[in-house]
Amino acid sequence: MSVAEKTVAVEVTDMTVAYGEKPVLWDVDLEVPKGVLMAIVGPNGAGKTTLIRSVLGLVKPAAGRALVHGKPYGEQRRLVAYVPQRGSVDWDFPTSVLDVVLMGRYGRIGWVRRPGRVDREAAREALEQVGMSDYAGRQISQLSGGQQQRVFLARALVQHAEVYFMDEPFQGVDATTEKAIVELLRALREQGKTVIAVHHDLQTVPEYFDQVTLLNVRRIASGPVADVFTEENLRKTYGGRAAFFGQNGA
Amino acid sequence: MPDPGLSHLLAVALFSDYTLRTVALGSAALGITSGALGTFAVLRGQSLLGDAISHAALPGVALAFLLTGSKAPLVLVVGAALAGFLGTLVVLGVTRTTRIKYDSALGIVLSVFFGFGLVLLTFIQRRPDATQAGLDRFLFGQAAALLRRDLITQAVLGAVALALMLLVWKELKLLSFDPDFGQSLGFPIRALDVLLTSLLVIAIVIGLQTVGVVLMAAMVIAPAAAARQWTDRLGLVALLAGAFGAAAGVIGAVLSAEAEKLPTGPTIVLCASAIVLISLLFAPRRGLLWREARGRRDRGRLRLASVLQDLAALEQQHPESAHAHSAAVLAVMSGGAERSLHELEQQGLVRRVGEEWALTERGRVRAEEVEPA
Repeated sequence: MSVAEKTVAVEVTDMTVAYGEKPVLWDVDLEVPKGVLMAIVGPNGAGKTTLIRSVLGLVKPAAGRALVHGKPYGEQRRLVAYVPQRGSVDWDFPTSVLDVVLMGRYGRIGWVRRPGRVDREAAREALEQVGMSDYAGRQISQLSGGQQQRVFLARALVQHAEVYFMDEPFQGVDATTEKAIVELLRALREQGKTVIAVHHDLQTVPEYFDQVTLLNVRRIASGPVADVFTEENLRKTYGGRAAFFGQNGA
Repeated sequence: MPDPGLSHLLAVALFSDYTLRTVALGSAALGITSGALGTFAVLRGQSLLGDAISHAALPGVALAFLLTGSKAPLVLVVGAALAGFLGTLVVLGVTRTTRIKYDSALGIVLSVFFGFGLVLLTFIQRRPDATQAGLDRFLFGQAAALLRRDLITQAVLGAVALALMLLVWKELKLLSFDPDFGQSLGFPIRALDVLLTSLLVIAIVIGLQTVGVVLMAAMVIAPAAAARQWTDRLGLVALLAGAFGAAAGVIGAVLSAEAEKLPTGPTIVLCASAIVLISLLFAPRRGLLWREARGRRDRGRLRLASVLQDLAALEQQHPESAHAHSAAVLAVMSGGAERSLHELEQQGLVRRVGEEWALTERGRVRAEEVEPA
């Protein structure tokens, strides 16, 4: 194991993804150190979600590869947890909160077998971590947006992974949930886990995250927030369209 | 039993008459299978896939007969299944390689395959020999023609499909709720999709002879849609859908077998529709009546709360006054206050002071408790 493998959680090389003829990601390189909270920011259509999905093998890249803890994702699934966008599923699906969280265990449980006592305990523990213990038996259609997001986070927690990919975990959540998620992210970092999250609110980037990747089809910049979250880089990422509250650097 | 005629029919069907027993059992088998598997189709928003599969199956039935000269149920069912499956492959192929959208692709496949099937049926019926007789029952279904060997084919295939469904239940749930997450866990989501579609094909082809290709899709959609109204648990939805499908199948088939010239498929589908209608109206929480009642209750509660809060607000503006205000003042603030005030009085939350109204102690506490509207 090289030095890089010991310190790098995710390494993306030359990642290029195209839908039809239009490139969505162009030649993106990315290195995420272990134990950091990294935000991926960029305008709509910048390829943020696609970047995560390409690392997870959910879209087929035209070129490029991604390594998790030094190996291709397919060999490292147990190390990775995924929190998709809340809006990507039908919350009127007939199932309970506990049932959704248990889905995070399905990879470990394997084919055909049903979740057992250990899985249930893990699920209840995760629900407690996100402050949703009282909702275990609740039908998921009765949840608020923030509660839905916490259920998705709990589902990722039961995967007991090392690297967490989150697609807009703060999207449309209430203030209480936002605070709970931030605390959860910090707790994960304390345990040495790595979190890579698509994020929309530029103002909270310096407060919530250690590192940031600025993306607009190409990678504009990536590194510690203090170094790369500059007005100049933001202008390069978003074009001349946005004003950035004079927030150059952290 | 509310209707002695119907219960009598059922009793006859199940316990004495051999033909009717066959019909009832076969219809139950197809109803359980299509209802339970239809649950996944409905939840995934793929209801119309069932329609495309059943229509696409018709040329398969005709070709199987033309090629083998046999009308053995297994031969025809295999032909139907192959054609139905081919139809879904064409749908997938069209959506992947062209700009035609999924629903259009379904429509195209449905009509092209069905049209081809009708041409083949006509061709078969014009042939001089008499062996063709009865293939047209695949159009609208004919339960009375079910034989013991049909029943066995239906029951065995249905049991296999249901057993496979139970075996990979957890994976099918994952596929239906969040396929991307499932794939990130390493499950072969596309293969699971093919498996579920195959099971759906089986559920459909075993019903074709009884219900017919034209209406079979209703047996996939209706029981599951009705069952979803009654419960929030996936397992119970599938179980109920199976029960609803069986009930519609048995009642419809027995009715049509007893009455002359009542086509089986349409009768079964009407029974299923009645179950859907009842479920849409009367199911607790999701039913229309229940929601209407809850809407009224909520509005009523809000109306009372707002009058109560108005009184409290007025009271605070005039701390030195007698805490009493006329209904007219309150009516300006809340509208329709008179009736609300009487209801509140009955609950002991307000009291009359001459011609005017004031909060009671309890009313004051309650006004603070209710959330501002």
